[in-house]
Amino acid sequence: MKIAVASGKGGTGKTTIATSLVLSLANVTPAPLFLDCDVEAPNAHLFLRPTFERRQEVGILIPRVDESKCTYCGKCAQVCQYHAIAVLGKKTLVFAQLCHGCGSCTLVCPERAISEVPDVMGVLEAGPARAGITFARGLLNIGEPMAVPVIRQLKKWIAPEPNQIVILDAPPGTSCPVVESVRGADFLLLVTEPTPFGLHDLRLAAQIARELKIPAGVVVNRDGIGDARVDAFCAAERLPILLRVPFDRALAEGIARGQTLVDIRPEYGARFRQIVAQIAHREVVR
Amino acid sequence: MKQLVILSGKGGTGKTSVAAAFAHLADADSLRAVLADADVDAANLELVLSPRVIEEHDFVGGSVAVIDPDLCNNCDTCIQVCRFDAISLSHHVDPIACDGCAACVYQCPTNAIRMEPQIAGRWFRSETRYGPLFHAALRPAQENSGKLVTLVKQQARLRALDENYPLVIVDGPPGIGCPVISAVSGADLALIVTEPTVAGIHDLERALQTTAHFRVPSFVCINKADVYPDGAAQIEAHCREHAIEIVGQIPFDPMVTEAMVNGAPVTAYRADAPASRALRAVWERVRARLENGQ
Amino acid sequence: MKILITTVAPNLESEVDPRFGRGAYFLIVDPATLEWHAHPNPGVNASGGAGIQAAQFVVEQKVDAVISGDFGPNAFDALNAANIAMYLFGATRTVREAIERFQAGTLERVGAATPQRHV
Repeated sequence: MKIAVASGKGGTGKTTIATSLVLSLANVTPAPLFLDCDVEAPNAHLFLRPTFERRQEVGILIPRVDESKCTYCGKCAQVCQYHAIAVLGKKTLVFAQLCHGCGSCTLVCPERAISEVPDVMGVLEAGPARAGITFARGLLNIGEPMAVPVIRQLKKWIAPEPNQIVILDAPPGTSCPVVESVRGADFLLLVTEPTPFGLHDLRLAAQIARELKIPAGVVVNRDGIGDARVDAFCAAERLPILLRVPFDRALAEGIARGQTLVDIRPEYGARFRQIVAQIAHREVVR
Repeated sequence: MKQLVILSGKGGTGKTSVAAAFAHLADADSLRAVLADADVDAANLELVLSPRVIEEHDFVGGSVAVIDPDLCNNCDTCIQVCRFDAISLSHHVDPIACDGCAACVYQCPTNAIRMEPQIAGRWFRSETRYGPLFHAALRPAQENSGKLVTLVKQQARLRALDENYPLVIVDGPPGIGCPVISAVSGADLALIVTEPTVAGIHDLERALQTTAHFRVPSFVCINKADVYPDGAAQIEAHCREHAIEIVGQIPFDPMVTEAMVNGAPVTAYRADAPASRALRAVWERVRARLENGQ
Repeated sequence: MKILITTVAPNLESEVDPRFGRGAYFLIVDPATLEWHAHPNPGVNASGGAGIQAAQFVVEQKVDAVISGDFGPNAFDALNAANIAMYLFGATRTVREAIERFQAGTLERVGAATPQRHV
């Protein structure tokens, strides 16, 4: 079973909830798999403290032009939707950072002058973490624009064992990196805060759940700091609120130091296990 | 004309709250500014600036492939060619998975595939009590957020040039990928809002590496600074090592949320709140740097 | 000889637009006769590839030199590949001034991409 934790708004507590969720399941057999899909700014390692034993560079295939065969016909540039290959005078240039690795230019070149070479964009890392959890993450290289290929390859790189629960920590936002992270999940846990920013972005995140047809539930973090509009929204949308974590300065301070919610308040462990059981038995879907 | 971009690396550190406060403070100082909300995935600046929308436009992001079943001969070439797992065995294109590369279009032997432009969102030109605001909303699950960010910023920039606004304030997105790169492009100064937590510190380093990579001079301000004083000290040490100036520390202050709930920047809502006073000090420093290059 | 100048408005009195890939207009002028015409920048709102699109436009127009405020790395590589000379405005404010300084040879010629990478 794959549970993805997402939010829309950044800073609502996705990583706090996701890491606590996986730690609550540590005594399950097989021990759960945690995927940190926030490849731009991953944080889960700070709380789960993995030892990385496997590492792999990742990237996409980009075109390389054999100038001896190139006739500067410009067909490659015509088909490229990303302006990543261009014919300027008597040179054909490839702009690696714009390339999406689709292979189209390579296929259309009438002279077969284009071959493909790997372009490294980031790295995948995996290893055992606290409490026997298997941990894997991706890290996008600084200056690289595209997170999606790294996330896509992270999810392919680590195959879950049969019956292994997978917890995916998604990045903030609602666009393609989030979609790539949560696609294929059995359930989407949306973490929000009871403020106008939290509500605004929860609406968007809930739409992703609908578009991808993934059942969803809500965790209200920092409950008590704002107002009741998030509750009203969830009721109107029939989005179950599965957990409320009241705002607590002591919690904030512990998390600031690198402790998870279940480290500071172990009683939440039982609550997380209950939520997973509800999800597994489809009791949550309304 | 100068462009200030507000970034963070980690989400939720307070970029939008700072941007809104700056919009108010610039206006209070009679420093005319154009505002741009570059967080098109989760555009929150409008929630505290009460914009009046003057014009709105569709945003065409990219295109997706559409296969005509009447022309399709089931050769499966498109499926073999597609690198984004976007085409099903029954030759239906999943518009969310489709990257818009058009490789299938050019390879299809029966010309059964065409590209259809997708309206991926909308962008807006609005007026607020503090100045013009350019903002956008990307439809959830869409791509090309970087492109929409670029459009919003470009509109803000052109407006500022046309009407001699000395400043553009860009509320940036979290992360370091293409929406952030688009937001950073053309900036004269970046203010990185961080929080003194282990996650905030980690992501601050990535954000600083990113602005350094694109050669944008950066300042840091520490928000919710009193939550973890050790963390604040770590940030101070890191910034000292890398010769990055910390322009201020803002205490955790429930008034920030109260102001947000009431739809206003905290500095306008309660000028004497601790966060407001700290924000005023940060603004003074940022403004001095923008105006004098010091 | 034809030179291209990035401008804010499509006329000779306009202020120069400092950014090549995202300049609002491309003004093409014969510096000797001052015959000119202007085009809106086709890539002004493009994400990624604005500089490349702009460079391709320059090549299609058979321009000999380009004057702008800065050239991002992609634009630089593209124009360089096409052997098109690049010059910087420096303190120039208007198109007329830019043309005068070009003719006088006082504009700085670019040898490497200017610092900021543009998307």
